[in-house]
Amino acid sequence: MDLEILSRIQFGFTIGFHYLFPVLSIGLGLFLVIMEGAYLKTKNQMYHSMTRFWVKIFALIFALGVATGIVMEFQFGTNWGTYSRFVGDVFGSALAAEGIFAFFLESGFLAILVFGWDKVKPTTHFISTILVAFGAHFSAIWIVVANSWQQTPAGHHIVGTGENARAEIVDFWQVVFNPSFLDRISHVYMGAWQAAAFFVLSVSAFYLLKNKHKDFARGSMKIGIVIALIASILQLVTGHSSANMVAEHQPAKLAAMEAHYPESAPAGLYLFGWVDEGEEKVTGIEIPGLLSFLISWDPAEPVTGLNAFEPEDRPPVNLVFQSYHIMVAIGMLLILLALIAAFKWKTGSLFESRWFLYVMVFSVVLPQIANQMGWFTAEVGRQPWIVYGLLRTKDGLSASVGSGQVLLSLIMFTLIYILLFALFIFLLNEKIKGGPEKYELKEGHMA
Amino acid sequence: MSLDLNTIWFILVGVLFTGYAILDGFDLGTGALHLFTSTDKERRIMLNAIGPVWDGNEVWLVTGGGALFAAFPEVYATAFSGFYMAIMLLLLGLIFRAVAIDFRSKRESTTWRQFWDISFSFSSILSSLLIGIALGNIAWGIPLDGDFEYAGRFIRLLHPYALLVGITTVALFMMHGAIYLLMKTEGELQSKIRAWVNPTIIFFIICYILTTMATLLYVPHMSDNLKAFPPLMVIPLLNALAIANIPREIHHGREFRAFLSSCAAMAALLALFGIGMYPDLIMSNPLAANSLTIYNAASSAKTLKIMLIIAILGMPLVIAYTSSIYWIFRGKVKLDSSSY
Repeated sequence: MDLEILSRIQFGFTIGFHYLFPVLSIGLGLFLVIMEGAYLKTKNQMYHSMTRFWVKIFALIFALGVATGIVMEFQFGTNWGTYSRFVGDVFGSALAAEGIFAFFLESGFLAILVFGWDKVKPTTHFISTILVAFGAHFSAIWIVVANSWQQTPAGHHIVGTGENARAEIVDFWQVVFNPSFLDRISHVYMGAWQAAAFFVLSVSAFYLLKNKHKDFARGSMKIGIVIALIASILQLVTGHSSANMVAEHQPAKLAAMEAHYPESAPAGLYLFGWVDEGEEKVTGIEIPGLLSFLISWDPAEPVTGLNAFEPEDRPPVNLVFQSYHIMVAIGMLLILLALIAAFKWKTGSLFESRWFLYVMVFSVVLPQIANQMGWFTAEVGRQPWIVYGLLRTKDGLSASVGSGQVLLSLIMFTLIYILLFALFIFLLNEKIKGGPEKYELKEGHMA
Repeated sequence: MSLDLNTIWFILVGVLFTGYAILDGFDLGTGALHLFTSTDKERRIMLNAIGPVWDGNEVWLVTGGGALFAAFPEVYATAFSGFYMAIMLLLLGLIFRAVAIDFRSKRESTTWRQFWDISFSFSSILSSLLIGIALGNIAWGIPLDGDFEYAGRFIRLLHPYALLVGITTVALFMMHGAIYLLMKTEGELQSKIRAWVNPTIIFFIICYILTTMATLLYVPHMSDNLKAFPPLMVIPLLNALAIANIPREIHHGREFRAFLSSCAAMAALLALFGIGMYPDLIMSNPLAANSLTIYNAASSAKTLKIMLIIAILGMPLVIAYTSSIYWIFRGKVKLDSSSY
């Protein structure tokens, strides 16, 4: 098979698998701060048991995030050598900053979180929890800086020509605050909070259905609903502003997201559809003028379409279209679920509504799918560029690596990751079945 | 040698990788020794001796890799793509080690634990061996073409000198791990480990002498800088003293000082490696003109400056967290409900 395709499949597969874990550790970091904070404030042992339970889950997820994350850092060099030479001056600093500022913080204080319960004072433990949560959020900043720079390069200049060209930093802060960074980091954060919130909701709903650990499950669920609601509604805002940013800076990607072909014409928004890339036609349900309206508040405003770009400069249309529409549909569904949950909580029927608890149990996969589809949209939509407008993906490969080697490593990763995923689900299931540690509700510490 | 930005980054990347070797070295060494214990409790103590710190230790590798990418992108790209299969195997080793440590004690089943014990031990040995083989190849030189791309095959990376450095690395980490474990254990297990320490020291010293002789005979360019600047001879001297001091401290029952000696020996060894390489980062062998040096492989001066600021801000924090974590988890390992 073709070297470029194999290398892209390997990168896509390994990053997609990796991304299952950091979203949960970012989001659960926030939950741990809330839960442990509630414990310190109220001295209610339930919150203590809750924190300890979720710390264990957090540790399991974190271990997989580390194991699969190191693969990502090495892969830039192993498979994308020419790209690494091109971007190293800009991209490398972000990765190094991530290591120095965030990873040490996160992994160091995680030790106290997991193993330090009896070794440090409760407030020290809580500070460690805050630092771990902060470290998780902070590490996302640097990697999103690096990725956003690939989407909307800024603050650099190109030195050299042809094979020897490379990007060099002119202004560090322009690199960091490149045009897409703020929209994308906030979109990533909300996606992470949603992933963790629906994860907590799912486990809690499972206990309620099984009639086990009821107080614990109710307590966790309430925190979960608050975060799910906030994150899902804010995700609409960050999503909207991300799309507007794409319209401004990556018009070919936006055109692919809605399969908008005419060079310049008002554009509608498809609820769903299927793109025939040969015929340049979409079969589906469209709301006319809505895309134009969302971008410029005017349904008659023209939007740049795919025909404004040479065929070799267009991303794969149907793949981007489908990923984007699945993500948006799930985003709307999550808002609906969070609203129903909040409504049922207010009316007091949340914990008895079995059908809804079943929905909650299975809802855990939704934000994960939406996060993956969002990255598909972002990364496939950037094609054929590896650095938008500067370097094509096919020109970024390693010169000394052959397709046979990549096929071998791809098979290796596939086998290991299938094994890891099966074991992860198995252990997660055991931990969930094991449940939280017992605690005394009417201890003298109650505030 | 003048202390320009490129040299500073040569030293800083070296410091990060030395930090990695010293810290993760004892984790990997613990892994290599893991199967020499027999009971479940002993294995759990071994695991928990590195439990709170191993993933923080691995961050030194991640950060070292990031710093190499940022400061010397040409080296990062050439080495990682040139050593493709070796890097993939290293990743396999590191993934299995991480997962083995985390998963092993999560179930009671003997088969489950046995499987992860073996994974932990083999992946630790594999990772150490590959790290050593990479160092050996960098010292020996690899064939590079005019675009600084690796122009050889995977099998060429397994020549005798590289394998010797690989085995020496395993021996070094085993010795370092044994001394660390001596510090962290007590009672019967500690006596058992005490019996391992001398064989690991002897094993290492034999490998070390062989590597030194092979280097002097077959890789003479590694000692050019020492010959050109004799005051640097203090480093191999310190190295020899640090190694010789280890059995002495062990004999007097001063495990912590033995461990510090072992750390100092590792730092001196890597300093020697750095001095031998300077100013090359990857020697091209046979075509020396294609070598990657700290000048032709570096990022722009602007980036090196920005990164220096990042390092000056970040490294004190890193050292502060690392030392406070080690302080909190000082002393002998005691198993409790949160242990692995």
